[in-house]
Amino acid sequence: MQDTLLEMRSITKTFPGVKALDDVSLKVQTGEIHAICGENGAGKSTLMKVLSGVYPAGSYDGEIHYDGALAQFRDISDSEARGIIIIHQELALVPLLSIAENLFLGNENAKGGVIDWRETNQRTETLLRKVGLRDAPTTLVEKLGVGKQQLVEIAKALAKDVRLLILDEPTSALSESDSQALLDLMLELKAQGMTQIIISHKLNEVRRIADTVTVIRDGHSVSSFAASEGITEDRIVRDMVGRSMENRYPPRTPRIGERIMRVSDWSVAHPEHADRQVIRNVGFDVRAGEVVGIAGLMGAGRTELAMSIFGQSWGQNITGTVEMHGKPVDVSNVGRAIKAGLAYVTEDRKSLGLILDDTITRNITLANLPEVARASVLNDHAETEVAEKYRKDLGIRTPGVFQKVVNLSGGNQQKVVLSKWLFVGPEVLILDEPTRGIDVGAKYEIYGLINDLAAAGKGVVMISSEMPELLGMCDRVYVMNEGAFVGEMPASEASQERIMSLIVNE
Amino acid sequence: MSVAENTSQSAGATARIGSYLKAHLREYGLLFALIAIMAFFQIVTGGTLLRPINLTNLLLQNSYIVIMALGMLVVIVAGHIDLSVGSVMGFVGALAAVMIVNYEMSIIVTMLTCVVVGAIIGGAQGYWIAYWKIPSFIVTLAGMLVFRGLSLWLLEGQSVGPFPREFQVIATGFVPDILPGGEAFKGLFAVRNFNMLAFATGIVAAGWVVWSGLRQRAQNKAYGIEDEPRAFFVARIAIIALALIFILYKLATFRGLPNVLLTMGVLTIIYAFITERTVLGRRIYALGGNEKAAKLSGIKTERLTFLAFVNMGMLAAIAGLVFAARLNTATPKAGFALELDVIAAVFIGGASMSGGVGKIVGAVVGAFLMGVLNNGMSLMGIGIDYQQMIKGLVLLAAVIFDVYNKKKG
Repeated sequence: MQDTLLEMRSITKTFPGVKALDDVSLKVQTGEIHAICGENGAGKSTLMKVLSGVYPAGSYDGEIHYDGALAQFRDISDSEARGIIIIHQELALVPLLSIAENLFLGNENAKGGVIDWRETNQRTETLLRKVGLRDAPTTLVEKLGVGKQQLVEIAKALAKDVRLLILDEPTSALSESDSQALLDLMLELKAQGMTQIIISHKLNEVRRIADTVTVIRDGHSVSSFAASEGITEDRIVRDMVGRSMENRYPPRTPRIGERIMRVSDWSVAHPEHADRQVIRNVGFDVRAGEVVGIAGLMGAGRTELAMSIFGQSWGQNITGTVEMHGKPVDVSNVGRAIKAGLAYVTEDRKSLGLILDDTITRNITLANLPEVARASVLNDHAETEVAEKYRKDLGIRTPGVFQKVVNLSGGNQQKVVLSKWLFVGPEVLILDEPTRGIDVGAKYEIYGLINDLAAAGKGVVMISSEMPELLGMCDRVYVMNEGAFVGEMPASEASQERIMSLIVNE
Repeated sequence: MSVAENTSQSAGATARIGSYLKAHLREYGLLFALIAIMAFFQIVTGGTLLRPINLTNLLLQNSYIVIMALGMLVVIVAGHIDLSVGSVMGFVGALAAVMIVNYEMSIIVTMLTCVVVGAIIGGAQGYWIAYWKIPSFIVTLAGMLVFRGLSLWLLEGQSVGPFPREFQVIATGFVPDILPGGEAFKGLFAVRNFNMLAFATGIVAAGWVVWSGLRQRAQNKAYGIEDEPRAFFVARIAIIALALIFILYKLATFRGLPNVLLTMGVLTIIYAFITERTVLGRRIYALGGNEKAAKLSGIKTERLTFLAFVNMGMLAAIAGLVFAARLNTATPKAGFALELDVIAAVFIGGASMSGGVGKIVGAVVGAFLMGVLNNGMSLMGIGIDYQQMIKGLVLLAAVIFDVYNKKKG
């Protein structure tokens, strides 16, 4: 079984002005799970696009040997016909079609253009069972959660006689339990002899399932090692960033002061179903100079809690009080919440946090335009100065503040969002998944900025699905499950096990 | 400095000009397209296009499109569309005719009433769009039918007119020449008429273009914004300034400044200022660029959307008054399908269907580009059939150019 299914030799791919891949090699054995790790922009996705024929043969240098022969894929359908199937980070399902319709989209069970629904549904059921789903084939995809959708994607790949399954960040949007289910499925497919490639940022997952790891950095393949040689997170991180990262969280000496914010008896109903209570009697407080974490699984209601506090941006029938410095404040719309001293950095940077086609300057001043205007007339000079100040203070790497935000990397985009909220001058910042989709190096910088905020006497509320991050950064952690707080503990007493057990025992 | 350094420097400069041109191809393209089209028709019509009388006509003919394009640009930048403006314009014209001709009400009262009615109509549509999140396409499509029907009802299917002279002047009148010295220039330029005010306006406008251009350039330099190559800057400013002087000189030798040009000019300046320089304008662009992000930044997106439609209704009413006064009668057909010309003008002017992108000046130039096409083809005696086709293709070409540019960029 130890023969090679895929070998990519010295792949070099250049774009105008950039060498995205430089002499990258990858060797995948039949029947193994091969993990590819690297920072954002390291070239993982480009490599997979070369493999799948998105960049056709001839547009890159180097050779692809697949199944014992030189392969020259002209496009995706070419590589799919050979059994190479990629499941992208952004799922490619049509939400308003049924599971069965999605599974055979472009590959219908049809005779003379007429679809045989009986066969379609039967085959769908068989495939769904293989991935452990019990939903009816006629269920609309939009009714499924992200975790199930991911499984449907895999079923769709199985429908196509897949030989090499490539999963790009498959668990990035999944909850802990859905992720576990997915990883279990991958191991099961492996047991059946399927060869798989997984691209992932989550090193604990890589350690758990990978047989071999290849690390890519700045377009070069840096190292490749097998499970037998010992896959450790430290080793992967060291190869990924090119330096050892023993301490992933910058040190901080907390100086915690007076209580700034207090939320009590906060309850929120679902915006469409008034009878569904999504947040139930939540209460918490934040002190000056303190970083407070909110742990919980995806779907626990953390984002909903934050958004309902920040100007009632989510939900209905909201009850409860928010106090700042002991006095109740009005947070009934975003403007008032900002005035009360709050800021909220959204989980979804691109669709909720930024105007991608606008410049850095315009994004930074957006929430506080009157500050750079006189009698409602904008002052370009003042605006530029503000943007320049934050560019320097936060280390936004860009040729200039007149660059469009869409051209920045995830980490720099996040710094722009932070700048926007710092310019408002809040007392308490709620950061929702502040490091999602950001590579290791930039994460460290964001952590540093959070520490700076706390050191400046601000209160920080940090929502994160990555427990190590919460444990590394926070002074105090609340645990949330199914819309309610189920525990609170100082960071010194917190551990992943303790948090998980609070969630599970609920 | 060595020779090698010298060449590499000039190569760098060339590359810089190239990349600048690429980034701003759309703006130059629009200006050049307008110039090229005008030059073409000037030649094929044997000089008729730029005759003073035709120029004056051109301005009058397109005034209501330009006025509505200002509001439409705001609506489209906010991420919406308004299909009802042609009908609203016709309805307001009908209302004015009924009030003035049938009920002999005062002109001032009528005009004020009409503008308020326009704003209310805009608000009535904007309310559903902003607060109920009903797609603007549907709400204004309904509005288009409703107000077309309402004008038919109001006019009882008849044309109503003519208007008194005092009302007609808002569209067909000219600003009296209050400046002295016209007589002297008559001799100097060997022309029969010379309106000093029009000529002076041209000079002042050209001067302002040069001054504000230089000021902007100095500012850009100070902030280190990617700067327009000097040759481009000089050429662009010179062309615009000379064109302004030329056009207003031509107008001066006819009957002077049309009232409508004054209205249009003032409105254009006001709207350009609001959209580009004020907090309100910036927020409208933010709303169109990413409504959710704008809302989470504390911007009252619903109210802004509502106001964009109120404003559109108001401008449609002003256009309706101008249109009725120009035709000297209100007909049930007035403004039919005009919304399409207005929307086309805005898109030719570089606005994006998805919102957040577009400029007032672009929309105005887009409207005139369509106007010159109409006028030039009519002068050539090209049938309405071909005219429609050519206009359609120009719109498509402009948008394809945009999309292609964006992909390449």
